[in-house]
Amino acid sequence: MIEFHLEARSGVAPYMQLIQQVRHAMRLGLLKEGDKLPTVKDVVARVAINPNTVLKAYRELEYEGLVQPRPGLGTFVTRTLGSEDDRAAHEPLRRDLEGWLAKARDAGLDDESIEALFVNTFRHFSAERAARRG
Amino acid sequence: MTSAAITKNLTKRYGRKTALADCSLDIPAGHVVGLVGPNGAGKSTLLQLICGQLAPTAGSLTVLDGPPVTGSPRIGFVAQDTPVYGNLSIEDHLRLGRHLNPSWDDDLARERIERLDLDPKQKAGKLSGGQRAQLALTLAIAKRPELLLLDEPVAALDPLARREFLQGLMEYVAETGTSVVMSSHLVADLERVCDYLIVLVKSKVRVTGEVEELLASHHRVTGARVDPEKLGPGRTVVQARHTDVQSSLVVRSTAPIEDPAFTVDGIDLEDLVLAYMSEAGNGRDRILEKQR
Repeated sequence: MIEFHLEARSGVAPYMQLIQQVRHAMRLGLLKEGDKLPTVKDVVARVAINPNTVLKAYRELEYEGLVQPRPGLGTFVTRTLGSEDDRAAHEPLRRDLEGWLAKARDAGLDDESIEALFVNTFRHFSAERAARRG
Repeated sequence: MTSAAITKNLTKRYGRKTALADCSLDIPAGHVVGLVGPNGAGKSTLLQLICGQLAPTAGSLTVLDGPPVTGSPRIGFVAQDTPVYGNLSIEDHLRLGRHLNPSWDDDLARERIERLDLDPKQKAGKLSGGQRAQLALTLAIAKRPELLLLDEPVAALDPLARREFLQGLMEYVAETGTSVVMSSHLVADLERVCDYLIVLVKSKVRVTGEVEELLASHHRVTGARVDPEKLGPGRTVVQARHTDVQSSLVVRSTAPIEDPAFTVDGIDLEDLVLAYMSEAGNGRDRILEKQR
């Protein structure tokens, strides 16, 4: 069973924070297929948030096909994220990225510049892809 | 029932002072509604009108599909400063509640007192602020109300007591789906527990809506100095600040703002509320709560 927490100053909507925490726990293998999520009552009694926020997060996770509610029993994880295959695919990408980061450092970029460059490029890249598809 | 309360041009005056002006609201049932605004904005007045402790000067209101009823068993009300009887024990309070309320749930009350680790023989006057607030909440929810009204329930509590109070409240809401209207100026707390918001400023309703929709439709727009009038149709400037070279606006717009001249960011609930409050003026003519 996992426990949720809420980052008040993160700028991420509370229901989205819950979703991210479930996905994160699944990727780390803390939540596996068949595991139960805490009940809505347990979550609100612990985190002091609106029950609808939890319901919304659980609905969204269900829509993504990650969990399934079983009436009277609770909400259960239906998949396992981050399999061996996924991790194997990450490895070469991570090495490429490390190489790029080393080059950026050599070029004299500081942390903020690197982050800004990455985020801007990523945005631009995503926008262009979306435009091409549209 | 889809509305917990509906008000139409609801107005309350004390002599020449207007506490609430022309307030038209549809407070949805099954929500935790946050009522926010500066001191003297009319929050307490609105809550007292809903629970029938005050009669309106003008306008009308419907509560739980009927006229407001003083001391209605269908409404739980926790007034400001969580009043309890200092000389009576917790046990006495529960006995009183049982005698006064036909719908009293004694098991719920006792279970809550036990879980809070309170001694039933303890005099209420000897309780800490947090314990007193918890007792007042217990008395209100043991009535099994359909509508729970809380006037600044956590304002005087330390952060831990505040969190514990909200945990208990949310647990109860998750179990029962009771409608709650809660006033507070601690927006960070409201952001956690409320899914609907009403902002009152200077006895008027400034903005109301589902928290999520409000957050999605408000943006912080910064860029080179602009004339707020030129932002285009369908966009309301809530707050505008200008320096000689830069403008910083809080804008309400359901459509995305795609002008490359501006940086558009989201806004958190606290900044959103503050934008509506500050826009209403410098507050010189606020009615101070104490002066009423």
